[in-house]
Amino acid sequence: MRAQTIAEKILSEKIKRDVRAGDLITCPVDLCTASDTTAPLAIRSFEQMCADTTQARLADPQKVVLVIDHAAPAPNERIANLHSLMRQFARMHGCRIYESGEGIIHHIVYEQNLAPAGSVVMGADSHTTTYGAWGSFAAGIGSTDAAAIWKTGHTWLKVPPTIRIELNGSLSDGVFAKDIMLHLLAQLGMQQANYHALEFAGDTIAQLPMSERITLANMTAELGGKTGIVECAQSVQADAQADYAKIVRVDVSQLEPQIALPNSPANGRPLAELFGKPVNFAFLGTCTNSRIEDLRIAAAILRGKKVAEGVRFYISPASRQTLLQATREGVLETLLDAGATLLATGCGPCVGTHMGVPADGDVVISSGNRNFAGRMGNRNAQVYLASPAAVASAALNGCISIPSLGRHP
Amino acid sequence: MTMRAHVYGDSVDTDRIIAGKYTKTLDMNDLAKHVMEDLDPQFSARFRVGDVVVAGEHFGCGSSREQAALALRAAGVKAVIAKSFARIFFRNAINVGLLVMEIPDHDIRQDDELDGEFAKGIVHNLTQNKTYTSSALPPVMLAIVEAGGLVAFLRNGGSFEQL
Repeated sequence: MRAQTIAEKILSEKIKRDVRAGDLITCPVDLCTASDTTAPLAIRSFEQMCADTTQARLADPQKVVLVIDHAAPAPNERIANLHSLMRQFARMHGCRIYESGEGIIHHIVYEQNLAPAGSVVMGADSHTTTYGAWGSFAAGIGSTDAAAIWKTGHTWLKVPPTIRIELNGSLSDGVFAKDIMLHLLAQLGMQQANYHALEFAGDTIAQLPMSERITLANMTAELGGKTGIVECAQSVQADAQADYAKIVRVDVSQLEPQIALPNSPANGRPLAELFGKPVNFAFLGTCTNSRIEDLRIAAAILRGKKVAEGVRFYISPASRQTLLQATREGVLETLLDAGATLLATGCGPCVGTHMGVPADGDVVISSGNRNFAGRMGNRNAQVYLASPAAVASAALNGCISIPSLGRHP
Repeated sequence: MTMRAHVYGDSVDTDRIIAGKYTKTLDMNDLAKHVMEDLDPQFSARFRVGDVVVAGEHFGCGSSREQAALALRAAGVKAVIAKSFARIFFRNAINVGLLVMEIPDHDIRQDDELDGEFAKGIVHNLTQNKTYTSSALPPVMLAIVEAGGLVAFLRNGGSFEQL
């Protein structure tokens, strides 16, 4: 049998036929998710797809998950009514819905093990790539594609060629998976991986906890990839002779902390170059970096100290479970005592939907994934992207500072 | 009637096509009002219904929001021509019936007058006296385009299995 990449293996297994990069296939989908940004349109498309709406049925309600996380809780009546539409749909069709406050979909899928290794997942959110962290084939799609999967249980795909990212060596103190991704984005740009799968491999992977692997797979979206799969103990392994579109090797032991300048995640520079630049808004949240491990790092940096005067420091944990854990461990108390403001769990600030919109001229440092103009709701603010440690260090010092803390406290 | 080109660069992201704060709606007019606002605040003042948006590489990268394709369509954009498209945006556009043409070698400039047989993938640049041809679509996308979008494709009994 021809040697295969991980993506080729997962898709071959799923459709019980050997596939290779470039093949157009029809593939069953194990899980299809949508958020309050994308579900209302998907619901409308789904209903329009059914000639007789009284006969409208989900192909398999178990495989459909809705989540209210992008504007949660609702900031106005228009969005409240869209949330209500989602609840009605879930009730009528018997699919799961996670209410506002339960968490960011990508973290819920991880916590609840909704997409075990080898699954094929299509989600109406670009960061659906997250589930590659433990070996799923997971890609972002739009609302109408999601509706088609709800109706048919299938989607069509072009089997992607793969770019293999070989990460070797150990990260230095204060350097994280986020820095690897910002470095890769600066090297490769946002489009080289368009239509490609990524495979993250190498001896660094085994040293990274799941929380960090999630950041790798998650920011595959910024690299333009269709899916980003981490080769690890849980995952299918790539064949040694598999065909790759490209192999990128990074010695991560040489990597310094990175920071992406406005207005692109591909504007990464060594963070040291911006040392001392004043910031007045720090945000620790998003599907990229708001897990308990990230909150612990921030708490270790801020324990017994205060956020610098003139800095707003907002934290939004990944999920209810994350928030509970942070509460039990005293992490939350440490952060609140230091002057952090707790926001509801969800995506709001990252996507400029509500909560924590920056003012004109604000300089923001965020643990998120995108800093496109206007991304956080105001095109006249500057948004920098960095690791949670860099965000907490900036909150503490009021300026971009070297996150000197150990890796996983 | 000819169409005027509104030309942008590489990696136009979907946040700048329609900001997240405007996406939570089912009213297409709401979307149309704010299309391209963070990319080009003058867009709505200069744009005439039927004009064409032209871009470089990787148009529509970032968020999967289908609202980006819907907002362009609702605003009356006749077509989007780019050297390449981000994959989710391209699928969304095909699915919702926004005409997208990948023309890797185009050299269309701001305010060029365009015409063409778009259904055949042919664009004439009247200003520069040139003709471009768009990349071919895979059969499944062609079938969706011919049906008028993915909703119509499935409503009329279309199936991915047949393709």
